[in-house]
Amino acid sequence: MRINLASVLVDDQEKALRFYTEVLGFKEKTNVSLGEQHRWITVVSAEDPDGTELVLEPDEHPAAKPFKNALVADGIPFTSFAVNDVHAEYARLRGLGVRFTQEPTDMGPVTTAVLDDTCGNLIQIAHQAG
Amino acid sequence: MARSGVDRQVSTCITFCCVGDVFKALADPTRRAILDELTDRNGQTLFEICARLAVKHGLGSSRQAISQHLDVLQAAGLVETRREGRYKFHYINTTPLEPIVERWLKKAGRDRHENQPGQRAGR
Repeated sequence: MRINLASVLVDDQEKALRFYTEVLGFKEKTNVSLGEQHRWITVVSAEDPDGTELVLEPDEHPAAKPFKNALVADGIPFTSFAVNDVHAEYARLRGLGVRFTQEPTDMGPVTTAVLDDTCGNLIQIAHQAG
Repeated sequence: MARSGVDRQVSTCITFCCVGDVFKALADPTRRAILDELTDRNGQTLFEICARLAVKHGLGSSRQAISQHLDVLQAAGLVETRREGRYKFHYINTTPLEPIVERWLKKAGRDRHENQPGQRAGR
């Protein structure tokens, strides 16, 4: 068994695709229509195009938005991405207008920061110390 | 000058009514650690406070427990929360600590200054 998909619940799939590709820098892998309203959209890391795909999943289920709002209010990132250097990535993303709820912080074995994906989620970026 | 002195006295009186809450809030080591971390960086989400306590202080308390500690600090006026859009940030407020300085530390400092240190040394 292996993990091939992970999902983020987004409030707008097209907006999410722009943010996750143009701002974060992922590559679009799959983008097909699923009926009239929804699409099956996945992105992958440019550094690992055959790796785990991230599904940009609509958050229309009535339980999704209260869940997301409660996490955001407490500053909790439900998803985390690995970067080489949190400080450098923070500077790059700030330059692109990304809002951070936690600046780069040394958390012992990891350095982390938390950003807003503009689609209703907080995302952690992290690198291992050393 | 005179007016600000009166204002300060008034605010000191008001704050003194709650000074018991301040000491109660400071009596707990987890709550003191929260204030340490907010001094390190002011304006943190609950997530960041919990992560810092776990990693830097070895305090693996539940998020609910930390939230309750923040409520106690907030009731004592030592922590304030501000909502920015959908996020909530916590800030330290040291104003409730000022009456403690006024009441003992400043007086002790004046006395020490008036009685020359050399005279006190022999006691």
